Amino acid sequence: MKKITIYEIQGLYRDKFRVTGYEFGEGEKSVCIVGSMRGNEVQQLYCCSQLIKKLKGMEAEGRLVPGHKILVIPCVNPYSVNIQKRFWTVDNTDINRMFPGYDLGETTQRIADGVFRVISAYRFGIQFTSFYMPGEFMPHVRMMDSGLEDTELAKQFGMPYVVLRKVRPYDTTTLNYNWQIWETQAFSMYTTTTTRIDRKSAREAERGVLTFMHKQGIAYYHGHDGYLSQIVKDVDMASVRTGSAGLFEPVVSVGDEVERGQILARILDPCEGEAIEELSAPIDGIIFFMHGEPLTYANTAVFKLVVREE
Amino acid sequence: MITTVASVALPVDEKLRIQKNRIEPEKDTGIKKRISIVTGIHGDELEGQYVCFELNRRIGAQKEKLCGIVDIYPALNPLGIDSITRGIPAFELDMNRLFPGDAAGNMTEYLAARAVEDLSGSDLVMDIHASNIYLMEIPQIRVNAHHAELLLPLAEESNVDFVWVHGASTVLESTLAYSLNSTGTPTLVVEMGVGMRITRVYDDQLVDDIFHLMKKLGIWEGETAAVRQPIVSCDPKDVAYLNAATGGLFVPAVKHGAKLKGGRADWTDHQSVFRRCAGRGESADGWYAVYDQGVPDCGRGVFGGTAASCISKFGCQPQLKGQRNM
Repeated sequence: MKKITIYEIQGLYRDKFRVTGYEFGEGEKSVCIVGSMRGNEVQQLYCCSQLIKKLKGMEAEGRLVPGHKILVIPCVNPYSVNIQKRFWTVDNTDINRMFPGYDLGETTQRIADGVFRVISAYRFGIQFTSFYMPGEFMPHVRMMDSGLEDTELAKQFGMPYVVLRKVRPYDTTTLNYNWQIWETQAFSMYTTTTTRIDRKSAREAERGVLTFMHKQGIAYYHGHDGYLSQIVKDVDMASVRTGSAGLFEPVVSVGDEVERGQILARILDPCEGEAIEELSAPIDGIIFFMHGEPLTYANTAVFKLVVREE
Repeated sequence: MITTVASVALPVDEKLRIQKNRIEPEKDTGIKKRISIVTGIHGDELEGQYVCFELNRRIGAQKEKLCGIVDIYPALNPLGIDSITRGIPAFELDMNRLFPGDAAGNMTEYLAARAVEDLSGSDLVMDIHASNIYLMEIPQIRVNAHHAELLLPLAEESNVDFVWVHGASTVLESTLAYSLNSTGTPTLVVEMGVGMRITRVYDDQLVDDIFHLMKKLGIWEGETAAVRQPIVSCDPKDVAYLNAATGGLFVPAVKHGAKLKGGRADWTDHQSVFRRCAGRGESADGWYAVYDQGVPDCGRGVFGGTAASCISKFGCQPQLKGQRNM
């Protein structure tokens, strides 16, 4: 393993802002794995740290196939992680809305540019990321439905789901989208949580990444193959929206199978405690996403359900 | 020479360091007098940043005139200054409510304790604050009544416009200045300007003040500018707060430091606090504008009940009891 500095900026009174990468092997730039890009993406940082630990062991055991370079960047934004702020420390911009970046632009544009110059040359790109709404997910691989995606490749992770996301205008500045435009096969890896560590889904994601590398002839990995992934389009998921604002009291968990009409959560009056709304399942399905905050606004999608595949 | 006063590791690839720049005479003069300039306790107060820069620059230009030690602590809250955040980021704590700290305490208490330890023994400490982002204030020194005897002679020599002596308060006991003054290190608190901005004319005025005090202490033997005579406020009756009764746009009609004269139309505006003052039959004759709520060039809003302005009698010895954003 080689530790390299991908990009750095001089701080004012803080240490240098440094993006550090961990390289394994030499040869074709095969896989790049990127972790925390926002300051609250602790699970994403954890997943990458566990992968680096695993790859170090595999390298020592000769289980990385020669001729391939693997790069892992566990944290693109240590400044924000260290002060526990989701976006950039000063101007609150999101690095994952700055790709492909601009070397003469604002700070986060320069960071995106500095990182993208290094990672855009890789054949496969895997980003551990988080959703813009706070909540928990079923572990899955997500791809932009840009016309350039290859869902058969995504199935090689053996994750329970592969989600195709309809491209919105604001997606065009994300790392995933730009990787695809620059001809990297890009995958976003979602585990269950963001701000706290979830070991179970982290292990599942680690197994998925290593299985993918094994199937691509980059690493020798003999874990179980995982799932026959179900491909789901995000627009086909059933959303459950709140009609009222208040305290959010879920009675189900992510991954639960539910039946049409089953109560999923209650919205409580925050001062008097009375249930002011009951949210029920619109279909027979599986809880794919669940709102993760104790308060909710009205008209908020607090659940997303996928249809059970028979 | 830049040295580290305190250091703690942060989670990802970074150390938090409180650093100081020690400037010493070129030749050993045998004089061990030390002045310490501290700023950046509140990360959104940037006036002191320019003061540190200019002080360092001017000393460097005439280093042969230096005959004592100047310690510059530009960022007691480095994470705050770097992210322009008032408190200590992640902890959301006001650092100036943590002193004297605890070397065996948590990270923030440890940092506070190390700062106090390092500053102790200075012949004079100047703790430079800007006002917050909602206030603009003329250069002034705050003195706690407990320490007035020790500090007033120094404050009166300072090139500020106003010196406030205020009563004791439990909150103020947790400030850096209170901790140092209580243990015998004379510490003056300067407030001036506005949050998140640099008011160069005030900052240059304060740099002149620092050189003057350095000369008084025998730390500087170069030329210094003449300093102004500040108004010293010791009586609460001589300081008035003008509070807005309603919310709305605040449009000030006078400039900071202006001498006021009662009844003049050009002081008043539709929400002007000065009209309210006149409306109660009070005259603003001979009063002096100390601060206002809302930066003149920004025209911020003001809530009802907000202390929108404070004026002090001109040429008196007033006292102020309330404590503000130090």
